[in-house]
Amino acid sequence: MRKAKEFIVEKLILTCGVASIFFVALIFLFLMKEGLAVFKTVSLSDFLAGHKWYPISEPPQLGILPLILGSILVTIGAAIISIPIGVGSAIYIAEIAPAWAKEVLKAGVELLAAIPSVVLGFVGMVTLVPLVKNVFNLPTGLTALSGSIMLAFMAMPTIVSVAEDALYSVPKNYKEGAFALGATQWQTIWRVMLPASSSGILAAVMLGIGRVIGETMAVMMITGNAAVIPKTILVPVRTLTATVAAEMGEAVVGGEHYFALFAIGIVLFMISFMINVTADLFLHKRQR
Amino acid sequence: MVDPKFDIKDLSVWFGHLQALKKVTLAIAPNEILSIIGPSNSGKTTFLRMLNRLNALNLSFRVEGEIRIDGVDLLRLDVEALRKRVGMVFALPLSLPLSIYDNVAYGVRMHGEKNKKKLEGRVQAALEEAYLWEEVKDRLQESAFKLSGGQQQRLCIARTLAVEPEVILFDEPCSGLDPISTAKVEDAMLKLKSRYTIVLVTNNVKQAARVGDRTAFFLNGELIELDQTEKIFTAPHDKRTEDYILGKFG
Ligand SMILES: Nc1ncnc2c1ncn2[C@@H]1O[C@H](COP(=O)(O)OP(=O)(O)OP(=O)(O)O)[C@@H](O)[C@H]1O
Ligand SMILES: [Mg+2]
Repeated sequence: MRKAKEFIVEKLILTCGVASIFFVALIFLFLMKEGLAVFKTVSLSDFLAGHKWYPISEPPQLGILPLILGSILVTIGAAIISIPIGVGSAIYIAEIAPAWAKEVLKAGVELLAAIPSVVLGFVGMVTLVPLVKNVFNLPTGLTALSGSIMLAFMAMPTIVSVAEDALYSVPKNYKEGAFALGATQWQTIWRVMLPASSSGILAAVMLGIGRVIGETMAVMMITGNAAVIPKTILVPVRTLTATVAAEMGEAVVGGEHYFALFAIGIVLFMISFMINVTADLFLHKRQR
Repeated sequence: MVDPKFDIKDLSVWFGHLQALKKVTLAIAPNEILSIIGPSNSGKTTFLRMLNRLNALNLSFRVEGEIRIDGVDLLRLDVEALRKRVGMVFALPLSLPLSIYDNVAYGVRMHGEKNKKKLEGRVQAALEEAYLWEEVKDRLQESAFKLSGGQQQRLCIARTLAVEPEVILFDEPCSGLDPISTAKVEDAMLKLKSRYTIVLVTNNVKQAARVGDRTAFFLNGELIELDQTEKIFTAPHDKRTEDYILGKFG
């Protein structure tokens, strides 16, 4: 009887595992099939390096360079804002904060993670966008910078919680060893805790950035969605994700535009995949 | 006794509700090796970590009594300055993921020494004092993790020596070492005695007999007996000391 139960549970779990792999493979195949079709009409280099994205002109111009640059610009901006603040908070929570402050901050970070991105986008639209417009005296506040700031808020919870774990996992001995040599708290953090947890912190940063690249809703609402190559961070941009989300509804199924959007999906998939693999490598390096 | 290096009076320590030290009173003379023996949980490590205030890292920790170093209340000293004067070598060799050279230079750099020549001099002197120089002088840039356990422990001693302390605290420094490495570490300790005050916590009674000038026996947080090492090992006052030395408990 117990044997039979074991058997059933085992098979059930196996089925779940296989099913998830199966669905991933299915999605991937579908993405490939639809996306690669675009290269019948446009060459790979024209697609990736083309300056113009006019998918509904005749003939359509399907260059996604402005979109790639838009994504990169917004992401780098978000990284520059969120990494120092995120890692800084993680250090404060893990190493410095008294017990009560630790609890308050951790709750705050979790709360931030729980805000749906559309709500963040909405709040950003009515508060941040006018602020950016006024501070920099711009014709519009719907810019890459606004997107970066908003996305930084989204990356931060991930960065803080993963980096905090990384700091906690540094052996207690390292810290005591440094203190016993007469290190101050700051020296211990800077010269022992951070180097010893560097791979975990890098993984935290990667995961945070991964979240930013894949984000759609908030960016679509506040970056202005202009598919031109950005020269500064103070102009409207359009990201890869926002393009797919905004145009998928109007693209004719089976048309070039439709295939091009799937090809953008492949590009996004590759970028996220690379980021996740890098993060994974760092995490595993830490475990060894 | 001449002016003691450490003068400890009625020292009691609690971790939460648990009392780890009970009214310990003792003095440690300069340039002596004081061995501390006792069964597990008797408060040896706790006592040792009081001397460089490492227990204060623990949030539930509470203390009563007084510790003076060279006549000055320990709590009145700047804690970093104190730890520079009172170095510590831990049970597990705690090499940092750095080269051999950088491991030793670590503390010196941290205390602000930037001059490369001086740094090199300090590193070499420390490695020599720890009896490791001959074994590593040709491979200073290799990772410290390539050294054997015994070598790593002497590396940790060198790292502690490099910041030029006055006192060195050893917490079971040979617990993971083979007899030959143990002998080398003990040799180093005996030579260091002329320049440093040494407090050695050990779970190896024979080691206390070999290197200690005086030996203290701790039990359940109490100092049961403290005397010249020969006295403790030949004619102890207290029955419990005798039982422990003879291996009847612990
Ligand atoms: N950081 C701490 N937090 C809570 N309790 C502690 C802490 N350090 C020590 N204790 C408690 O204090 C008591 C004495 O421990 P201590 O480490 O001093 O013993 P020890 O004599 O060094 O034992 P061992 O030979 O096993 O190392 C133990 O009951 C221990 O649980
Ligand atoms: Mg101990």
